[in-house]
Amino acid sequence: MDTKTSNILLSGVGGQGILLAGQILAETALASGYDVKKAEVHGMAQRGGSVVSHVRFGNEVFSPLISEGEADFLIAFEALEALRYLGYLRADATIILNEQKILPQPVRIGDATYPGNILEICQRAAGLVLAVNADEAAETLGDRRVANILLLGMLSIFLPFPMANWLDSIRERVPVKTFSTNQKAFENGRLLAEQQTHQ
Amino acid sequence: MQISMNKEQKVLLSGNEAIARGAFEAGAVFASAYPGTPSTEILEAIAKIPAIKAQWAPNEKVALETAAGAALAGGRALVAMKHVGLNVAADPFFSLSYMGVNAGLVIVSADDPGMHSSQNEQDNRWYARAAKIPMLEPADSQEAKDFTRLAFFLSEKYDTPVLLRITTRIAHSMSPVVLGQPEVPTPRPYQKDFRHRVLLPSNARARHAIVEKKLREIEDDSTVAALNQLNCQNEQLGIITAGVAYQYAREVFPEASFLKLGLTFPLPQKLIEQFALQVDKVYVIEELDPFLEEQLRALGIDVWGKEFVPQIGELDPGVLRRVFQCDQNDNRTATPPTSREAAAEVEVPPRPPLLCPGCPHTGMFYAFKKLRLTVMGDIGCYTLGALPPLSAMDTCLNMGASIGLSAGMRAVLGEKGRKVVAVIGDSTFIHSGITGLIDVVYNDGADLIVILDNETTAMTGRQEHPGTGITLQGKKTHRLDLVALCHAIGIKRVVEVNPYDLDTVLHVLKTELSQNEPAVVISKAPCILKTRQMLGPLFMIDMEKCRVCNLCLKLGCPAIEREGDLFRIDPAFCVGCGLCARVCHLQAIVPAAASAG
Repeated sequence: MDTKTSNILLSGVGGQGILLAGQILAETALASGYDVKKAEVHGMAQRGGSVVSHVRFGNEVFSPLISEGEADFLIAFEALEALRYLGYLRADATIILNEQKILPQPVRIGDATYPGNILEICQRAAGLVLAVNADEAAETLGDRRVANILLLGMLSIFLPFPMANWLDSIRERVPVKTFSTNQKAFENGRLLAEQQTHQ
Repeated sequence: MQISMNKEQKVLLSGNEAIARGAFEAGAVFASAYPGTPSTEILEAIAKIPAIKAQWAPNEKVALETAAGAALAGGRALVAMKHVGLNVAADPFFSLSYMGVNAGLVIVSADDPGMHSSQNEQDNRWYARAAKIPMLEPADSQEAKDFTRLAFFLSEKYDTPVLLRITTRIAHSMSPVVLGQPEVPTPRPYQKDFRHRVLLPSNARARHAIVEKKLREIEDDSTVAALNQLNCQNEQLGIITAGVAYQYAREVFPEASFLKLGLTFPLPQKLIEQFALQVDKVYVIEELDPFLEEQLRALGIDVWGKEFVPQIGELDPGVLRRVFQCDQNDNRTATPPTSREAAAEVEVPPRPPLLCPGCPHTGMFYAFKKLRLTVMGDIGCYTLGALPPLSAMDTCLNMGASIGLSAGMRAVLGEKGRKVVAVIGDSTFIHSGITGLIDVVYNDGADLIVILDNETTAMTGRQEHPGTGITLQGKKTHRLDLVALCHAIGIKRVVEVNPYDLDTVLHVLKTELSQNEPAVVISKAPCILKTRQMLGPLFMIDMEKCRVCNLCLKLGCPAIEREGDLFRIDPAFCVGCGLCARVCHLQAIVPAAASAG
């Protein structure tokens, strides 16, 4: 077992299922025998603000917060929200980028512009970038709301957790009748990530 | 949360959930709170435990008083609040150390360094010292649970309330917790005791001496010693710390000696002196104020603290590395130049929180702005009405302050004060607006108070309150009638309006502002997140009629987008409230279905 702590940052917009994805990730780490900590802020999340969840696992984790320059993985549930946290990445970090855009209010009302070259900036900032439109991919599975689990599936190919632990954690946390769609999304995410890393 | 009853099970809990579990394991039977980030989930988690009678209180003072009564009657009781909530509860808090508790009474204060969701950054550790109440500070979820149990034990042993002080990163962080078995506390039947429980001056004088004596005993109590962890592995550097700051310091200084304090008031003086003698240099690493540092210096111990560690905002390992200029041998800890450069080259637009599409507050704030009112604001979602483009709030101070501020402004401004209005949410009004309203009537004010009644405590995640007629467990109860209450206070002019009916809102506000007596306007419409229903048809913008006047954008509705001269309503966000159609002078905003047909 790697003695170093792994640091995963999940960023996006309130309502995208980030806190749930972080919960499933942290519970899978615990079930796989790791110490784990997860930090986030509640309160403003549902009002369309920027949301971030810190998940850290390893043999012994102290700080619940990831510091700048420390993150091994960034899952950006929304494209712009990848840029906001680039400073947290280490040089060889992996970004999983949902190319779905949700315009922030200053952009909606024409006071600011939405950056056009997000993928390219991410590629320069990190060692590896996997890009997907998770919302569209989830829609083809029948439910846009499983985009978060699809992105977790993509992340899962990099983490040392048994598949059964992932699925158990997902089963615990999603409504019973949506489990099979969530499982499909997770497996789909794995497949997408494997295809992109083998290119 | 899933609190399992299995033994020796390790589960992932937030600090808040762990405190709820600790109360359960301690055999607590009563809990009360008023919601407040980051403490809200403590009571929500306790509400799921059938053995504990859990309830929302109208405010923190009442919550603490009921919990104190429960403890007096012989039941272990817990009360939870955010840091500023303890200001509201300060009156009973300061005297409870004198009166004592009988059964255990634990008061949880959740502070918010970094002010993620608060109006100030106060450090509530001072309260423990000022009120002479012992204080424990857990550093993770396991300790949050264990310290809650210990706090009940200490509270009974010394007949004193105990403050469990946490911060956002304890409350809302998750870490593994080994669950324990619930205990059955020794029965402590209520007994009348005049000298002990009646704080008449003659009794209170004697009680003060007892309080001081108890604090000295706690300092020397060996069972309390287990709360403090001593690890001397390095003679050069020793670090004294507590709470989540320990986790940051432990990560940045893995080689240092540590004294991690669990009991931060009263301080274990002998232990600290002993630790300081064993190391050449002592750092005090604490978030916010130099609470430990000043007391250590008073003991004559030479320490380094706020020379390095910021007093403002949250800490994290990165902050500590920067201020102590730690060698970064591990290249993982430095932001690589490529990431930093990439991050710097593009301006990332901010993503501020917003009033939801179709929020009933939007219409009221639009009206305030249109009438150019001076708006004394309050605490809740509607504080977001202060942000552009609405920018329709002048102040936000504390729970219930709007009414007093308005009364004071009008007292000084005279006739010019007619443009002053107080705006307050339903939950906030019940929390601490009622006495302000009594003041207005009693002192002959002509204030206009607008109560935004969205039938919930929206900002903290839609909790029930006396005005919703629903309890914490979702059971029906008596519903406080705001109109009847205002009448009973002496307000003759009480008008209910539909906040989506902008013309009526404007008319009512103008009428009530011109009166020579106080008036209350109640904006009645449930929180949009509560009903989760379309309020009407989807709307669209007819670009042939639109003249790009920008008026609709002034609502700040997240559903309305502008790209150059093109306006659009995002059907994914629009809930059909129709407010934009009422604002548009050119009738360019129309129901989407009608237009398509």
